[in-house]
Amino acid sequence: MDPIRRSSTLRLTGLLCLLFLVFFSRGFASHDVVSEKSSGTTQEDSRSQANSTAHKKTFPVLSFNYEHVRTPFEISLWILLALFMKLGFHIIPTVSHIVPESCLLIFVGLLVGGIIKATGEQPPILDSNLFFLYLLPPIILDAGYFLPMRPFTENIGTILMFAMVGTLWNVFFIGGMMYAVCQIDAAKLAHVDLLSCLLFGSIISAVDPVSVLAVFEEIHINELLHILVFGESLLNDAVTVVLYHLFKEFAHEQAITVTGAVLGVISFFVVSLGGVMVGVIYGIVGAFTSRFTSYSRVIEPLFVFLYSYMAYLSAEIFHLSGIMSLIACGVIMRPYVEANISHKSYTTVKYFLKMWSSVSDTLIFIFLGVSTVAGPHTWNWIFVIFTVIFCLVSRVLGVIGLTAFMNKFRIVKLTKKDQFIIAYGGLRGAIAFSLGFLLNNNEIKNLFLTAIITVIFFTVFVQGMTIRPLVELLAVKKKKESKESINEEIHTQFLDHLLTGIEDICGHYGHHHWKDKLNRFNKTYVKRWLIAGERSTEPQLISFYNKMELKQAMMMVESGSAAKLPTIVSTVSIRNVQAKGSPKPSRAISKSREEEIRRVLRANLQNTRQRLRSYSRYELLNDALEDDISEARFRKQKEMERRMSHYLTVPANRQETPPVRKVFFQQEHKVYTYDDSESPRGRASPSCADDVSELKETPEKPDQSSTPRANRDAELKPKEQDDQGDQLKVSRCLSDPGPNPEDDEDSTFLP
Amino acid sequence: MQCISFEQIGVLHKRFKQLSHNEETLRRDHFNEIDDLAFNPIRAQIIEAFFDRRNFHQNGEGKVQEIGFEEFVVVMSHFRPPSAHMTEEQRGKTRREKLRFLFNMHDTDNDGIITLEEYRHVVEELLSRSGTLEKETAKCIADAAMLEVASISVGHMEPDEFYEGITFEHFLKLLERFEIESRMIIRFLNMDTTTLCK
Repeated sequence: MDPIRRSSTLRLTGLLCLLFLVFFSRGFASHDVVSEKSSGTTQEDSRSQANSTAHKKTFPVLSFNYEHVRTPFEISLWILLALFMKLGFHIIPTVSHIVPESCLLIFVGLLVGGIIKATGEQPPILDSNLFFLYLLPPIILDAGYFLPMRPFTENIGTILMFAMVGTLWNVFFIGGMMYAVCQIDAAKLAHVDLLSCLLFGSIISAVDPVSVLAVFEEIHINELLHILVFGESLLNDAVTVVLYHLFKEFAHEQAITVTGAVLGVISFFVVSLGGVMVGVIYGIVGAFTSRFTSYSRVIEPLFVFLYSYMAYLSAEIFHLSGIMSLIACGVIMRPYVEANISHKSYTTVKYFLKMWSSVSDTLIFIFLGVSTVAGPHTWNWIFVIFTVIFCLVSRVLGVIGLTAFMNKFRIVKLTKKDQFIIAYGGLRGAIAFSLGFLLNNNEIKNLFLTAIITVIFFTVFVQGMTIRPLVELLAVKKKKESKESINEEIHTQFLDHLLTGIEDICGHYGHHHWKDKLNRFNKTYVKRWLIAGERSTEPQLISFYNKMELKQAMMMVESGSAAKLPTIVSTVSIRNVQAKGSPKPSRAISKSREEEIRRVLRANLQNTRQRLRSYSRYELLNDALEDDISEARFRKQKEMERRMSHYLTVPANRQETPPVRKVFFQQEHKVYTYDDSESPRGRASPSCADDVSELKETPEKPDQSSTPRANRDAELKPKEQDDQGDQLKVSRCLSDPGPNPEDDEDSTFLP
Repeated sequence: MQCISFEQIGVLHKRFKQLSHNEETLRRDHFNEIDDLAFNPIRAQIIEAFFDRRNFHQNGEGKVQEIGFEEFVVVMSHFRPPSAHMTEEQRGKTRREKLRFLFNMHDTDNDGIITLEEYRHVVEELLSRSGTLEKETAKCIADAAMLEVASISVGHMEPDEFYEGITFEHFLKLLERFEIESRMIIRFLNMDTTTLCK
């Protein structure tokens, strides 16, 4: 009890200190904003004075010049604040279980804004430029790059329906109803005309990807619902952009013309398809560039980021949908880039994207809080309340109506529960705020901004907080743990081909037929251009298999340094699976000889086990034989083993990374082979299957010195030795430019 | 078995007549004439599935040389979309049916078990279009897959024991996370709007 309490109080005090530090520096920084003007002139004075009276003044050992680092300093301080907040919420887990992170961040923003205002300064507002150009793209890129393609394409019809038709419905319903509300005399809102209301509707209707991501990520809902809401939030950007600009233009002219409406429709297609095309172009160029980046691996990740960012900016130049462009670029680029770049670059890309999107996300919510405190508000009870009500109502109606329509075409129908979650997950966020902020400055703007902020707060706080208990209450399906299974991958591919075949037999050019055609086109033409080297012809199953093995290898290496051992569930080895009569080059060994060898080797395990204490990954298990074998005999056994290497399992070569030969089946399995090329007999071509063997292992707590659970494999156990033996190599069945060969000595590729 | 609507039977009948050149039965070479199938890596297995008695009714065995319209429809009915309201039991039954179909496709020698050899063959066929296939690759993958099945179904095995192969029960367990009832589906309804002119 005591240490726990001590550590938690320690954490709290640490956190408080951090907060104080940050607030202090914040106050300090913004204090300088005002004093800048006054000090600016004095600085000039002193400088000129210094020049003229240089010989009179002594050399300043320590001087203070805050001005020239002010901007980057303040930016860094804000980001640091965001990071500390994020850290803090995870250190104190109790609150973050109830309240989603986004709420906490907005709250912190409110606090910070309040403090700044209390010190008399004007708190910074979430500048739209800053938001759209710097804060939003990382989040969207992160989402688009890691968009799960299979569920996305399977549900693309529904997603598009919700994004386009759903948003349109929302806009007109909310705009219309708010106009009706404004007609009520009691509201004193008669000056708000229809067009402004429609404009307001277009701002407030769009589901926000940032908020959806922030909330849905924590509730781990099943893939279908996640992709539906999230996909909708991404794709509705086109509708939002078009309607926003449309109504803004019309609001100027105070009239809607028929041509204007027609142009609006055309503009919609231009914006969305144009955005996608810009993204595709940049994606292809990026994929093509990555083909040559093997010459300089270090800059590979930058290409990914820059091409995507350029896609976004280029789309924004023409007022096309930047978000769709970014998504298209990421989606197109990803399969080819991943085949080309090194494993380290892939990790870098992944982590940088996650890092930037995380920081962006945090900053956005904090700034939302600060801006709430800052902005001029025009609070009108009726307007605000009705806005919130109508947002909810229109969302619910829209979802119900669209689902009823879409369910006719869907194989997996959306149930009432699903519909509820979709409707409830329609969160608004910072995009709405920034769009509102871009409006021309007039009295209506403040009214709108207040309402927008209220809706955002309502959705993020109320809906965000209650969605988790509701998900539990309604027993909505949660995300299944993704156990990567080679069998499922095999059957996914098999099913694809089977269904394509059946469609061909039926003569029905359906879904699968076109998908198959696209895949074939991709394989024959596109991949050849965009992927370097031999990877271009690598079938998907093999790349999946390699990726899986690589991942497991990485995990093994990492877990080797940790003290904990994974538990295994099964003691099945490849010997149980391989056919007894499988052809092996016959190496006749007499039974007795074999027994002797086994006994001796088994005995040696006792020795090596002592040496292996630090390598907790291994547990050589056997009935403990008490024989002590001398070192000399040990070495002799090495010789015999090498000769037996073909028939018996080969001892692994132990270097820095202990060779991995083990199977654990909780979540992953691994098949390692030995490279036979060093064995004295040598083989013409290294083969995978025949030499496959695994070591069955059981977990051992590192502090235990007792006999571990017995391995029931009566065959020999390979031992780790410090001297050479045969090298264990991860079998890589095709060339894989994965980890850089010179870095990783344990992995070679079998050509 | 699930019912197929009259409309769908009509469309299928039209297609049957087309494929068989207005004869009464379909033979393997009729299937071979379908151009699109040429690109399919598992086309041999698909065609075989139509001539496999096990897919016609519960206790069938062995292969036939030619099939009539009834058998054609029966095989096609394995790909029916699930009806809107299905009880859990019905859903389970559908799953079993579809997985049984897949199982029969893998188990070519009709012994009720997918052996390592048969599974290797499956993987080889899948990769056969890649061009640079090496048998070793397919063997690796098949071995790994087999290992996974063995470990999922039979947790602990003596080293001397031999895992004969994947039985149907193991197969069910293996693919229990695989939502086969919603994935193994062809939409018959749209057939009349598309080209039937091949």
